[in-house]
Amino acid sequence: MIMIKITIDNIQVKAKAGTTILETALENDIYIPHLCYYPDLKPVGACRLCMVEIPGRGLTISCKTLVEKGMVVRTESPQTSKVRRTAVELLIVNHHADCLSSTKDTQCKLKEIATYVGIEEERLKRLRATTKTTPIDRSNPFFDREPDRCVLCGICVRTCEEIQGASAIDFAFRSYDTTISTFGNKPILESRCESCGECVVRCPVGALRPKDYQKPSREVKSVCTYCGVGCGIYLGVRDNSIVSVRGNTDSPANEGRLCVKGRFGYNFVNHPDRLTTPLIKKNGKFVEATWTEALELIAKKFSLYKKEQFAAIASARCTNEENYLVQKFTRAVMGTNNVDHCARLCHAPTVAGLAQSLGSGAMTNTISEIGLTACILAIGTNTTSAHPVIGLQVRKAAKHSAKLIVANPKEIDLCRFADVFIRHRPGTDIALLMGMMRVILDEGLYDLPFIEKRTEGFEAFKKTLSNFDMDFVEKTTGVDRKTIIKAARIYATSKPSTILYAMGICQHSHGTDNVLAISNLSLITGNIGKPSSGVNPLRGQNNVQGACDMGSLPNVYPGYQKVDDPEVKKKFESAWGVPLDPSRGLTHFEISDAAYDKKIKALYLVGENPILSEANASHVEDAIKRLEFFVVQDIFLTETAELADVVLPAASFAEKDGTFTNSERRVQRIHKAIEPVGNAKPDWWITCQIGKKLGGKGFDFSDPGEIMDEIASLVPNYKGISYDRLEKGGLQWPCLDYKHKGTQILHTERFATKSGKAKFISLEYRPSQEIPDSEYPLVLTTESSLYHYTSGAMTRRVDGLNILRKQELVEINPEDANRLGISDGQTVRITSRRGEVQAKAKVTDVPLPGVISMSIHFAETKTNLVTNAALDPISKTPETKVCAVKVCPVKSFNHREHRGKDIV
Amino acid sequence: MGNFLSAILSSYEGKEDELIPILQQVQEKLGYLPEEAMLEIAKFTGVSESKIYGVASFYAQFRFTPVGKNKVTVCRGTACYVRGAPRILEEVERRLGIRDGETTKDLEYTIDTVACIGCCALSPCMMINKEVHIKLTPPKIDKIFSK
Repeated sequence: MIMIKITIDNIQVKAKAGTTILETALENDIYIPHLCYYPDLKPVGACRLCMVEIPGRGLTISCKTLVEKGMVVRTESPQTSKVRRTAVELLIVNHHADCLSSTKDTQCKLKEIATYVGIEEERLKRLRATTKTTPIDRSNPFFDREPDRCVLCGICVRTCEEIQGASAIDFAFRSYDTTISTFGNKPILESRCESCGECVVRCPVGALRPKDYQKPSREVKSVCTYCGVGCGIYLGVRDNSIVSVRGNTDSPANEGRLCVKGRFGYNFVNHPDRLTTPLIKKNGKFVEATWTEALELIAKKFSLYKKEQFAAIASARCTNEENYLVQKFTRAVMGTNNVDHCARLCHAPTVAGLAQSLGSGAMTNTISEIGLTACILAIGTNTTSAHPVIGLQVRKAAKHSAKLIVANPKEIDLCRFADVFIRHRPGTDIALLMGMMRVILDEGLYDLPFIEKRTEGFEAFKKTLSNFDMDFVEKTTGVDRKTIIKAARIYATSKPSTILYAMGICQHSHGTDNVLAISNLSLITGNIGKPSSGVNPLRGQNNVQGACDMGSLPNVYPGYQKVDDPEVKKKFESAWGVPLDPSRGLTHFEISDAAYDKKIKALYLVGENPILSEANASHVEDAIKRLEFFVVQDIFLTETAELADVVLPAASFAEKDGTFTNSERRVQRIHKAIEPVGNAKPDWWITCQIGKKLGGKGFDFSDPGEIMDEIASLVPNYKGISYDRLEKGGLQWPCLDYKHKGTQILHTERFATKSGKAKFISLEYRPSQEIPDSEYPLVLTTESSLYHYTSGAMTRRVDGLNILRKQELVEINPEDANRLGISDGQTVRITSRRGEVQAKAKVTDVPLPGVISMSIHFAETKTNLVTNAALDPISKTPETKVCAVKVCPVKSFNHREHRGKDIV
Repeated sequence: MGNFLSAILSSYEGKEDELIPILQQVQEKLGYLPEEAMLEIAKFTGVSESKIYGVASFYAQFRFTPVGKNKVTVCRGTACYVRGAPRILEEVERRLGIRDGETTKDLEYTIDTVACIGCCALSPCMMINKEVHIKLTPPKIDKIFSK
């Protein structure tokens, strides 16, 4: 970076070449008034307050003028004062001045500038004061917009466009009537606004302000508890309540950005529904109990069902330390490997598939690299809904001229920015991806030096591509060959290209094959092991990566060390001081089956709600009811917890210490902000107590930092991780020793396989297990809403999120809706071979004709009663993304008709 | 809507700087800019719909509501103004139940205001379509619309 010297107000300062006068001044603690400048937005020079004088050149706006060698700047002169005073006076007369009650009071920049410039009351009186009384827009549940307090700096408009990519608002009308408006000047709730709140944070005055704002008395650094992006946050605390959330600008995962759930969805923490005391079911009813009673009952009962009669489900919502303990308890105390967690319902195909081809099942690259890539293939991911802050990176890349290829049966929001939109039939990803590779091979666009040096199995793989000629691919996917060829060429010729994927790839009966197709595509073009390239599975839950890393899986110990490897078994036996079971345990769905068959009799379920989240939910419910003893540990009495014999109240993420590992393998610290509500306890403490009561050794931890030390001693990838180091910021695994800085990009030199080379895997196309037929003619696919999260246990308890999305909506194409006589907003019945649900129809072009789409967030509409539990043979993940259904309108009771009949 | 709009759009490439000509053509065809048309244009040009609304609301030549069969043009020029044009406008608005710039639900009337219609000596005045009404008073307005 070139540094130059300039002089500001007779002080010589160093300035980075290419920066502006204003930036240089602010960096050197020299104040220049400004309203429309914001550090990460393009300067517009609208407010005219940052005017400075350059002798010989006159007045210039400092936010848009770049520094030059030897430049002399005066921030204050009679002329600058005059210009600034006039500008401020004009703003104030058009502005409601009763700002005392404004939540921005302490930070109102207009007030700060008025004080700095010095406003003469007499002059103000002579100017005509505003007569504007525009109504306040209170439509959004999280913030209000008061146009009469607006200074038209445009920071909100630029933030919405440049940062969020939503462009919900812009300047509208003219001169005195100029205002910030949505499309059609409608309430913000009816606009494209995603309620991320970034504009509210940045508004320099009181025009945009959070509802019911309470200033926190202190702030605690933590990590968001929703999706796998792992956004750094500050929890605002007042007394023992969370009253605000603020993005941490130093956090590399989000750089301060947050989505609507992360910023506003915190009210579940102090919600009155929280479990505050242990509950024991007596005669079919829950009775409050003490911890001693509950723990003793659990110890007594669990001791009856050791080994193969016991299973535990750990939680991707809990910390690494807590997952480590649940699997340690299951293995070392209960003597079985029957431990799994909800990754089985989502990214198990990633873990199984990428372990086979690349040696390691995680994002190969880093979130911040996505914005810098030359090409993104986003397949099976509605990124802006399910991983909103990663969605910002995708929008950013697309705006910076990166090519964007979206492959999805639905016309998702990202299609607005896409160069190619491939709208393939659900479940035909392999045909599509193999077809793209066939094009790449036929046209010689593959990276032969990379293939020869870094991979194996290419020759055999090449042969299987012969099965995927364009006639077959076109027929199977329903996509025009020109589109596929165009996408293949763009992906192969852009350098670097990256692939993002999520549930649309994994939740299939051929999910692992889908993942392997993706890894093949990145290998054939050499798009891996380099910055901004790679294979990037976007993980769904805050700590699903960590729960996998910690070995909450039936086939591996922590660090993916195989349970059936005798060397590994010996290592853990000596560490834990007990003999261990050498055979693999049961997976999530196999546990349900075994419970149904009464082979598993006791289940310890931590932080999960399978009755809503698992495919073919009625089977899961039946299985749970057949258990002899069922313990649920959660923060709410979920639909699943209602069936438990003992319910243990757990602390939420704001009430405990620990670590989460985000989607990009970054291990990040969460800090306790408030005391656990009522008598709730941190999950790690609870599992330790149960372990100790059952005579387990190695459960005497007094704080989670000690658990992390034990993890570091057993998991090579976490060896260099300690709480002391994490205080300074997260670390990306592999982190091999206490001096290792962590690993930003995987596979740069060698792959994590035994040979060090990546493997091409030959694949065949297998259709989804349930294909539409004359009785069930439509395909149901599932999705995530931006406003809710998994089974809704948390988000459904945040009032504002329920306003933004209050109920299940079945998206159906107008073509199908017309044929079936369904109108927008009408209640419809969705029936599959397994069950039926009702919901309101939303007639929209978003899904393909023949495809309907539903979420899984609403307990009133249990979508998973309908979905298919056909399992992927390798990862045992159910096929939630494709099942055959029929849809019919539910006839409402027609009073007039009915009355007519009565008369007859 | 779809057909005539795609006919208009077919002569453009979908670039940002084509926005105003496209809006002008749509307005010429329909007399106003319907929301659905602006949404379609947003998709075509890649300009956000809020920005299109901003552009269209900035220029006086664009309107967002359809024009009625009869156009009522109230003069607000200096002469009319001093002789009570505001009260005339108010009365027309009250009589038709709409505000300046709006159209009645039955698409019969649209109210518009202009700076002068060139008969200052006979102020206050207004035009209904091509017919000029002069020396107006509120009772006169009532009579005109009662016809």
